[in-house]
Amino acid sequence: MNMVRVQALSKRYATTLAVDNIGFTIGAGQTVGLLGGNGAGKTTTISMLLGLLLPTSGKIEILGHDMARDRFAALARMNFSSPYIALPSRITVRENLRVYGHLYGVRQAERRIGELSDELDLHQFLDRPAGELSAGQKTRVALAKSLINRPEVLLLDEPTASLDPDTGDLVRSWLERYRAQSGCSMLIASHNMAEVERLCDHVLMMRRGRIVDAGSPDALLGRYQRDSMEDVFLDIARGRGHAATEANS
Amino acid sequence: MTGSLRRIWGLMYRHLCLYRRSWPRLVELAYWPILQMCIWGFTASFISGRAFGTAAGGGHHALILAASTLLAGVLLWEICIRSQMGVAISFMEELWSRNLGHIFISPLRPWELIAGLVGVAFTRTLAGVLPAILVAWALYAFNLFALGPVLVLFFANLMIMGWAVALGIVALILRYGAGAEALAWSLLFGLTPLAAVYYPVSTLPAWLQPISRAIPATHVFEGMRAVLLEGHLALGAMAASFGLNIVWLAAASLIFAWQFQSARRRGALVAIGE
Repeated sequence: MNMVRVQALSKRYATTLAVDNIGFTIGAGQTVGLLGGNGAGKTTTISMLLGLLLPTSGKIEILGHDMARDRFAALARMNFSSPYIALPSRITVRENLRVYGHLYGVRQAERRIGELSDELDLHQFLDRPAGELSAGQKTRVALAKSLINRPEVLLLDEPTASLDPDTGDLVRSWLERYRAQSGCSMLIASHNMAEVERLCDHVLMMRRGRIVDAGSPDALLGRYQRDSMEDVFLDIARGRGHAATEANS
Repeated sequence: MTGSLRRIWGLMYRHLCLYRRSWPRLVELAYWPILQMCIWGFTASFISGRAFGTAAGGGHHALILAASTLLAGVLLWEICIRSQMGVAISFMEELWSRNLGHIFISPLRPWELIAGLVGVAFTRTLAGVLPAILVAWALYAFNLFALGPVLVLFFANLMIMGWAVALGIVALILRYGAGAEALAWSLLFGLTPLAAVYYPVSTLPAWLQPISRAIPATHVFEGMRAVLLEGHLALGAMAASFGLNIVWLAAASLIFAWQFQSARRRGALVAIGE
């Protein structure tokens, strides 16, 4: 069953075509990576999936709900985390999580906050204002916020940006465990290729608003005859190797 | 608690936490209303003093009543201004903390967002204006509650007008971003000369009077003067104020809904505040 279904999606701003007729699906329990250089259309795509941005054309269905007509039913069952969108800095971590517990209608929110604090190791700063935390702590809090409603679909933008390798690894392990336990479907936009190789079953490579290639990390490595996803990324971003052959054909 | 009520409470809780933790914000709530009360209170005292110092006759009583209407006008206008600022500033708090992205991707509906902001504004208004009412009573022996139960109608109409204006300001912020923030502080002050706060509509030039009568607050202040000066409640004035408020609120809601959709089309919800 497809949890996310995107068909012929485009977004045009005045003279710029930011997303150009893309389509993909995310199955139950599947983790899809969205890769591409700056300006490739990843943020625009995620914004449309979240309902923040109206598409120029195309259709998005999440958890069976048409995002153009019934987005709030889907939004209650999904969530998003990005280190680039802050949580209110002057209220405590616990208060922040309570706020989002209310907004997402979480039952037994205090218990859920306790669970997340255990799993993401938030206890030592749970009662400190969110603005006083280190970048890594903020990322963990943002992740806790995104998991407060036990989402069935989770969108992640650079989930481990600004984390030290140890904490980054803990977060990746936690995402793997959450996916295994909950069957959550995830879409991850990341520039960390090792992370993509580790977490993603399927990768969408974007360039200039289009999906220029897609496949499992192993399939992409084979197709581009590379040893790392970083090299695949560079081939696609710079239009060389297999990407150039595809472009010319 | 139903889903909507819980989401509205969630937004209110976020702002109440903010105030609980910030004494400068709490002081700011009451600072301007008390300052206004002091300035106009001493002015009214001066006018009243002149009344006792002048020759005998009806002039005494008229000047004292004029001073009373001035104080009532100051306090009631603060209700409207604080209600407008309460909604607009609470929205801007979300903008300043860069939290709007999280809010807009949550299941909080736009009308629930507005309801939450109105709830915060209501609390802020009471917290801001009640101390000024106490100051008026303690320093100038002016009891606003002496106006009687009609005060509830005055408060309701002035608050609704404040919320309608704030909704328009939020719509402008969605359209023009942070550049429209200054309107949150200045827009309603600009209406003061036209809203018959300190003087009757008849004082205005004839060509300005229709504009003044299109403002819901004008009818509240005319009603307030009728109570204080003539001792009767002008129900027609209250009905006019309520009717105009419905029109203002409907117009502001339409503009907000239009700008919200437009912001979603332009991508402004992603970048707002940046």
